[in-house]
Amino acid sequence: MNIEQLYSEAQQLSSPKLRDEIVHHLYKRSSQLCQEGVTYSKSKSDTKTEKLDAIFTSPLFGFPIMIVMLGLVFYLTIAGANIPSSMLAEFFGWLENYITAFFTFIHAPEWLHGVLVLGLYRGTTWVISVMLPPMAIFFPTFALLENYGYLPRVAFNMDRIFKKVGAHGKQSLTMAMGFGCNAAAVISTRIIESPRERMLAILTNNFVPCNGRWGTLIVLASLFMAANFTGGLKSLVTTGVIVGLVLFGIIVTFFVSWVLSKTALKGVPTHYTLELPPYRRPKFFDTVIRSSLTKSWTVLVRAVKVAAPAAILTWVIANIYIGDTSILMYMVQFLDPFGQLLGLDGYIMLAFILGMPANEIVFPILLMGYLSTGALTEVDNLVDLKNIFLEQGWTWVTALNMMLFSLLHYPCGTTLINIYKETKSKKWTFLAFLIPTVIAILVPFIIAQTARLLGWI
Amino acid sequence: MTNPIRIALAGNPNTGKTTLFNALTGLRQHTGNWAGKTVSLAEGNVQFKGKTYHFIDLPGTYSLFSNSTDEEVARNYIVFERPDVTLVVLDATSLERNFNLALQILEMTRNVIVCINLIDEAEKKGIKINERLLTNRLGVPVIKLSARNKVGFDLLLDTIERIVNGAIECNPTQMTYSDEIEEQIKKIEPYIREMVGDRLSSRWVSLRLLDGDERLLDEIKNRLQLEEVKKTNEYRTAIL
Repeated sequence: MNIEQLYSEAQQLSSPKLRDEIVHHLYKRSSQLCQEGVTYSKSKSDTKTEKLDAIFTSPLFGFPIMIVMLGLVFYLTIAGANIPSSMLAEFFGWLENYITAFFTFIHAPEWLHGVLVLGLYRGTTWVISVMLPPMAIFFPTFALLENYGYLPRVAFNMDRIFKKVGAHGKQSLTMAMGFGCNAAAVISTRIIESPRERMLAILTNNFVPCNGRWGTLIVLASLFMAANFTGGLKSLVTTGVIVGLVLFGIIVTFFVSWVLSKTALKGVPTHYTLELPPYRRPKFFDTVIRSSLTKSWTVLVRAVKVAAPAAILTWVIANIYIGDTSILMYMVQFLDPFGQLLGLDGYIMLAFILGMPANEIVFPILLMGYLSTGALTEVDNLVDLKNIFLEQGWTWVTALNMMLFSLLHYPCGTTLINIYKETKSKKWTFLAFLIPTVIAILVPFIIAQTARLLGWI
Repeated sequence: MTNPIRIALAGNPNTGKTTLFNALTGLRQHTGNWAGKTVSLAEGNVQFKGKTYHFIDLPGTYSLFSNSTDEEVARNYIVFERPDVTLVVLDATSLERNFNLALQILEMTRNVIVCINLIDEAEKKGIKINERLLTNRLGVPVIKLSARNKVGFDLLLDTIERIVNGAIECNPTQMTYSDEIEEQIKKIEPYIREMVGDRLSSRWVSLRLLDGDERLLDEIKNRLQLEEVKKTNEYRTAIL
């Protein structure tokens, strides 16, 4: 008998659970050895860690606690961001009057005012007022949880599910990174050694919303989803919608991972040891200051850098006419039928296409598109913003589907570049584009058609 | 010139394995490249009682399955290059997790020393380790070390020397698995032993074949073929 025959013989004898059994025995023997040969005089913090872990990583309470924590972070973000957001919007609106007055005073030509004030200024200040407050709250809260030692427990809880769908437990850590920025998260998948599981993590990271999309999700949720509620309840409902969306994104991640691990990326997940650090009292001041200032600031600078040229471009194509139709309107009209199929419209589709370089600018571009054709209201609070959307024929389905499209659609340009750099493969980069795009088209399509069929809209 | 005595260092990441390697070999080290692999390993010599010991610092890994290149390189070195002694460096502050790797190595090779490093930190945390009991249970020497403070080095080098000259005989206790797995091992082990002889642990190879480790299978095939080629060549040169 040669070795290959022996191997196939062994395979017939063996069962797929064998590796798990081997590892299980190794661990059992390890703990037995430790019980015999090692004595611990436990310190207080050790017993505290054990007790807390029994709660946070319990199979029964682990997941509910995680969802509550997630909700809590979003609630703080949404409820806390509303007031500073409108204050900033009002401030920028107030400032705009003076800037316009200044332009009139120096007899600036109409087009210059258009490009600089209506395009650049409005676009960028909208990014700031809509996105800065949620970021300034979301980042530090998340960082505090990480600092306290809770996030590794999340990874521990998620590990069980990731194994079930054929992926690696560390993927939950790279997903947490994706909540900040998908492009950075793609690089962070380097912590996964196995190429197969790493590819899974790269291909699905997009389904967690990055901070470029938080602004869009939070604003649309609070404008449309909780319209009939007021006060604290309103924030609560908005939170519920956002938590639901995030959970949906995670479910899609599991689903796509599962399908891929049964097809193109077949294989069994590898074992790894996750070290749970002790719980620490977070360095409150340090964490809050560092993450809210440094992180929000860098993200904001990035957003403004990309938003400014996009704002100018949008204004220009909205104001250059071929015949009596602007270039923007040609594009919108071309995209509109497709957008309508998904319960969206041509403006939204165009905003997502022009927003390819960075998700942060999708919302401002959309707004500029609407403003350039609709009535030019003074947009200085969030209710006026809703009126603009309503004038364009928005319903709750439009808002929901735009949120879903934003959650599920193709990764931004930077992320795609990073995916190519990390995988060195055009095929996988293209798939990283294609898979989310197909899902982002299918889900809103089904919702829109169902809603129409049932006469909800 | 006789072959140098080769000592391999294995261990989980962050157990102070490289600290131990550096402290032992000092500046007498260089980086070696291993055939067919892009991973490079640090090597260095140590003189002790008139003998030269050649140390090889294997990549830090949590296990020795065919999961990653690092795990494969470390495993293949221990199994196929057959160092005279393999040191497994464990972190005294998280022994339970670290033992896993030591147990795997004890299945693969005989001459093993279990080095429990970071012992000073463990003592600070109130962890007491009974190395005599562990030595009895594992069937190989267990030594407490602090690589940072060079505690336990004499005992370690002395133990290495005594293993090499045969004064200490390692007799690693083998893991026992479920009856079902043991039954399966029994069925194929005799054939494996016939094939690999005493070059590899036939029990370990059987287990890996049952586990479906194709990368190991390929490695064994390559090695067996190489040996065949070598033998025929030797035979040819002999008759010519």
